[in-house]
Amino acid sequence: MASGTEVAEVAKEAPGMPQLDFSTYPNQIFWLVVSFVVLYIIISRIFLPRMAGVLEDRQNTISGDINMAAELKQKAEEAEAAYHAALAEARSEAHRIADEAKSVIKKDVEAAMAKAEAEIAAKSAESEARIKVIRKNALKSIEEVANSVASDVVAAVMPSVADEKALKAAIAARLKG
Amino acid sequence: MKRPIRPKIEGCNVAEHGTEEASGFNIHPMEQFEIHPLFGGDTLNWYTPSNTALWMGLAIVAVILLLVMGSRGRALVPSRTQSIAEILYGFTHSMIEDIAGKEGLKYFPIIMTLFMFILFTNVLGLWPYGFTVTSHIAVTGVLAIGVFLSVTLLGIFRNGTKFLKLFWISEAPLALRPVLAIIEIISYFVRPVSHSIRLGGNMMAGHAVIKVFAGFAGAMGLGAVAPILAITAVYGLESLVVVIQAYVFTILTCVYLNDALHPGH
Repeated sequence: MASGTEVAEVAKEAPGMPQLDFSTYPNQIFWLVVSFVVLYIIISRIFLPRMAGVLEDRQNTISGDINMAAELKQKAEEAEAAYHAALAEARSEAHRIADEAKSVIKKDVEAAMAKAEAEIAAKSAESEARIKVIRKNALKSIEEVANSVASDVVAAVMPSVADEKALKAAIAARLKG
Repeated sequence: MKRPIRPKIEGCNVAEHGTEEASGFNIHPMEQFEIHPLFGGDTLNWYTPSNTALWMGLAIVAVILLLVMGSRGRALVPSRTQSIAEILYGFTHSMIEDIAGKEGLKYFPIIMTLFMFILFTNVLGLWPYGFTVTSHIAVTGVLAIGVFLSVTLLGIFRNGTKFLKLFWISEAPLALRPVLAIIEIISYFVRPVSHSIRLGGNMMAGHAVIKVFAGFAGAMGLGAVAPILAITAVYGLESLVVVIQAYVFTILTCVYLNDALHPGH
């Protein structure tokens, strides 16, 4: 504690409060100004622009992502709408084709039915005609058989009364009856 | 002259302090605040690198490490240190915007510098064997006067005579206005005093209290457990106080800035 510097002297005078040792003020103020200016340069030149850039980039990225998401969502919605439209179109197309096919088939069926009916009618008419012929022939045969049987019976039973004409007339009358 | 920075609680230091009581009870709570040249020597000129210069420099280094290096990656998804830098940035930004409005953001760099300087020197001052730059009224006084002068000049240049509306409260009854004006003017000029003493006093008191308890601990032997617990508690409180005081200093700066930008009540 030898040499009487101002620091030591003042410190002795005011041992309790180095804060009130005015001899240290120039030193403190000088270094305060120096460090404050250095800190100001660091903060205003490097730190703040960098932070602002980082935050802006982040903001841009976020809003860009949100925009992109909205865009993609819109695209998805468009695609969905297109899909639905295509589906509806395909459905109506299918309906149309089915209807067409149905009507074509119906026509075919109707034509086939008509043809078949006509054929059936023709065939039945033919059959009827044949049946008529057959019946006619049968009736004729019956008359002949009846005639011959009757003449035979008459000839056998009473050969004296063999009148061909009267017999035929009587048989015809009976057959009609 | 040799003036150790270390706390002089150890009883063996008594010889160096002849004026103090020669018992084992040897407390020098204020010694931690002494300013001395860093590299020995006797004289403390205005340019001498001193412990205050060292701890201001360390604060700058801490700012560079945490804020500049931490945000070096400019990551979209921030790393931990970058998050801290971003939180400090966003916190100060919104504080200025909330209090002083959009126009206040023009002074963002200087307010950010002020906040970071006080915050980092305060926190570093809690380091064991550290030196708290802001415990000196010379430092806080220069900061407060700087804020006061720049804000006042800004108010006058921006608003001209309208700046005087700050002292003329138009909501008050006319008869009261002159009285209020006197009170307002006094309180306006007391601002730098309260502004600087609030910070410096808080820093000095907290560190002195810790040192007093440490002195007790040195003298009490086994019973030192109690003062050590007290130191722990006060240290926790101080950790809060250093941050809050940095915040208070900055927020008051914003309030004063707002007065300069919008003097009408």
